[in-house]
Amino acid sequence: MAVYKKTYRPYAGALTASWRRFLVIPRYAFEDLHRSRFLTIFFLASLIYPLIAALIIYIEHNVDALKLLNVDSAARLIGIDSGFFLSFLGWQSMLALFLAAFIGPGQVSPDLANNALSLYLARPFSRAEYVLGKSSVLLVLMSLMTWVPGLLLFALEGYLEGPDWMTQHARIAAGLFLGAWVWILVLALLALALSAWVKWKPAAGGLLFGLFFVAAGFGGAINTVEATKWGHLLNISTLIGTVWVRLFEGDQPISEGGAFFRSIRGEEIPVWACWAALLALCLACLYLLARKIRGAEVVR
Amino acid sequence: MDPVIELDGLEVRFGGRPILKKLKASLTGRSIGLLGPNGAGKSTLLNTLLGFHRPSAGTARVLGHDVRTHAREVRGLIGYMPENDAFIASMSGVRFVRLMAELAGLPPEQALERAHEAFFYVGLGEVRYRALGTYSLGMKQSAKLAQAIAHGPRLLFLDEPTNGLDPPQRARMIQLIQEIRDRGDLSLILSSHLLRDVEECCDQVLILKDGNIAAYCNLEEERRANRRFLELETRADSNGCFLEALERLGCQTAQGAQGRIKLVLPEGLEVRRLYAVAAEQEVQIRRLSHKRDSLEDIFLKAMETPDGRL
Repeated sequence: MAVYKKTYRPYAGALTASWRRFLVIPRYAFEDLHRSRFLTIFFLASLIYPLIAALIIYIEHNVDALKLLNVDSAARLIGIDSGFFLSFLGWQSMLALFLAAFIGPGQVSPDLANNALSLYLARPFSRAEYVLGKSSVLLVLMSLMTWVPGLLLFALEGYLEGPDWMTQHARIAAGLFLGAWVWILVLALLALALSAWVKWKPAAGGLLFGLFFVAAGFGGAINTVEATKWGHLLNISTLIGTVWVRLFEGDQPISEGGAFFRSIRGEEIPVWACWAALLALCLACLYLLARKIRGAEVVR
Repeated sequence: MDPVIELDGLEVRFGGRPILKKLKASLTGRSIGLLGPNGAGKSTLLNTLLGFHRPSAGTARVLGHDVRTHAREVRGLIGYMPENDAFIASMSGVRFVRLMAELAGLPPEQALERAHEAFFYVGLGEVRYRALGTYSLGMKQSAKLAQAIAHGPRLLFLDEPTNGLDPPQRARMIQLIQEIRDRGDLSLILSSHLLRDVEECCDQVLILKDGNIAAYCNLEEERRANRRFLELETRADSNGCFLEALERLGCQTAQGAQGRIKLVLPEGLEVRRLYAVAAEQEVQIRRLSHKRDSLEDIFLKAMETPDGRL
């Protein structure tokens, strides 16, 4: 019917499958994000490090290129090992933190600030689907920044080294994938929970940084005052770094973690405590989301 | 007629405090008004039917679907226009309505087409590409109606749809609601504290007070009954003979001050017969009106009950 025929009419056409309706949310969110020139440039800039890493892997296996550059000793300086990939994941994860701080709060807070949640949830659409739809925006973008290029680098190295290297270092691939997902999930939940809590985009972004850096400082202060190492439980980067080292290097770690995400030698906390702290953080975020993501607010 | 909504001992508590108290009713009208003073439980009832609040006891069925066990199916049948502002300020009107229609299950192309139609229908066709945050209050109300009808629901919940509207905007909103009602494709529940809105749009009314059902009646039947209830104003100071003549015709009468008479016509007596009797008695009728404030009477009577229970 043409739009100028101003009358109400019921809808009798086909409906989309209910399981994929949550995908409507990321589609609209990506359209919005695509309009932001800053975010587009930031995202493209985040791929510079993976390109440099790919170049390093290529040069490391190409003696002619090293001779051309007159740096044939570089192959011995940069080893393509778990430390290389941990460092890669650390850099990319720090960029993912910035990305989450920029776009995470904009996912939920506008809906809460303008009471739009009642409209979302008045449809055949659950709270879980809402959170899944909103978080999928972050999950996709952060995946494209972390484990996707990480595994591509691993595949490149495996291609140049041969299949034996891939088999021997399969743990690195698993560590890249699982380690990145641990960080992505923690970040996505934190970003959504904080934006649902404060309902104001700039404050939520600031709070995410605050939780990351200020809590680490607070944990350090506890360690100094109480002469303990358990204050590191408040330091998210230490928790993630400790978990990564275990995922990449198993029970006999040879490094302290990647860039920005490392445990402090002599003050290591048990891996189970790190997992427990991260799990508690995720549960707290889920609780906050369950409290805030409601169709109608109850005034008791 | 199948009930639109069945309340089966529905109870909702917040923090141990009962808000809806074991409501029991079967609402069958095509357009049902939900009346009550502030805090009576109108919005809580709508929110419970939408599945936002879980009943602490009893249940409710919307078009045959239980809100406890089939909340998703229930929401698939409903279009909801909330009381408060509800939108995404930075989104254009048509994009917002399209998003909401897609979430209701419409494919993207259909959702876009119907979002445009809905915007033209509610009179916002010219501003549909503007950000919702720049809309006036009246425009926001219309945009809320557009998102509620875009996906073609079978039941429409309108929570205080004329809130904050100036008289012309209110008249336009009421006209839209009446048009939707008269098409007969859907049922509507209109929650309001304004008797006039309900009277103009609804054929049945459910009155809530303190979480109880204070009254549930068919306005059309009330109106029909009130057509027999007349108020006359005569020029004479004393209407003794005229009243006696009317009573001989079978009318029940009551005399008021300054020549005013209230009377109930018996079945079969035409109004023009009153003029004939008045002429015989040399009484001049200056004004004759049917009783018009039926809903107000019903509402006030319902409010007089001590705990709102019928």
